[in-house]
Amino acid sequence: MINTKRFTEEQVKRYSRHIILPQVGGKGQKKLLEAKMLLVGAGGLGSPAAMYLAAAGVGKLGIVDFDRVDLSNLQRQILHGQSDVGRRKTVSAAETLCEINPDVELVLHEDRLTSDNIMDIIHEYDIVVDGCDNFPTRYLVNDACVLAGKANVHGSIFLFEGQISVFLPGQGCYRCLFPEPPPPGAVPSCQEAGVLGVLPGIVGTIQAAEAIKLVLEIGISLNGHLMLFDALDMSFQKVKLRRNPSCAICGDSPTIKELIDYEEFCSLLAVPREC
Amino acid sequence: MAEIARVDAELDLKGEICPYTFVKSKLELEELELGQVLRVVVNHRPAVENVPRSMKNEGQEVLGVEQVNDTDWEIIIRKAV
Ligand SMILES: [Zn+2]
Repeated sequence: MINTKRFTEEQVKRYSRHIILPQVGGKGQKKLLEAKMLLVGAGGLGSPAAMYLAAAGVGKLGIVDFDRVDLSNLQRQILHGQSDVGRRKTVSAAETLCEINPDVELVLHEDRLTSDNIMDIIHEYDIVVDGCDNFPTRYLVNDACVLAGKANVHGSIFLFEGQISVFLPGQGCYRCLFPEPPPPGAVPSCQEAGVLGVLPGIVGTIQAAEAIKLVLEIGISLNGHLMLFDALDMSFQKVKLRRNPSCAICGDSPTIKELIDYEEFCSLLAVPREC
Repeated sequence: MAEIARVDAELDLKGEICPYTFVKSKLELEELELGQVLRVVVNHRPAVENVPRSMKNEGQEVLGVEQVNDTDWEIIIRKAV
């Protein structure tokens, strides 16, 4: 047999329900084991996304988060538990993920993402799963993904509503949809805004599903679409997106040539921030 | 099984139960070329029905299923997809 990379006995059992799927098989599972994904945020969206991606056997999972676990996070950030309060989210996340699947190589990035470090960090990954909860990071991640040619699996939540999309290099980006972040003060900060705890569970899980589909090259991607979810109506709505030729970062003559660190909205508040 | 000219790979799955009988057969078949033939031996009775059925569902060709002794069955599969 010319089979260089055999599954171990444990892997055959662990991934058997994937391997049985005609659309996955051993070949697909091997693609997952070789995939490299970066999770931006180990919070509400990042929790379910990371847990399912780890369980699926994604080979290398990077986690960016500089924050510590706060009691108010536990209502939705299921990577973390009571005894993690006060600990670094990256460390707490790593423990949970390692328990789910020790097969996964975890890389912890404990710095705040900035225009100075983001290109170096995303360089080593194929797919970025953006689970951040603030506009400055979202635009930074978007622009860096465009410049580095990385797939960006976007998710965002507010109150009872969520948005999910996939931005592939050369096929549009978050700025095509929303050219600029809202001015500071125009939207409630992450500290002020409420969120239904289960909402990021749904949205983050959809992000994980889209990231896995990208790796497996199966199904219809949310690329070119924005999924709008409303937990109150329990409705999903898919709207078409087009690359905007005059987009400042991915358009035909981009005006943004350097990454921008937008003002941190939450830092306008004189309270410890979580985003 | 006289009509089967040659078997390209063999897999002894005695002691394995479902779904691993199929999972391991599928993984082995993935390593073969189209048209090549895999012989699987099982002694888990449900696998005698389950493995051929799952293989057919995936579009593979099941050439034969036969009891070879008191406890063991062989399943012959040709890779078709
Ligand atoms: Zn764009």
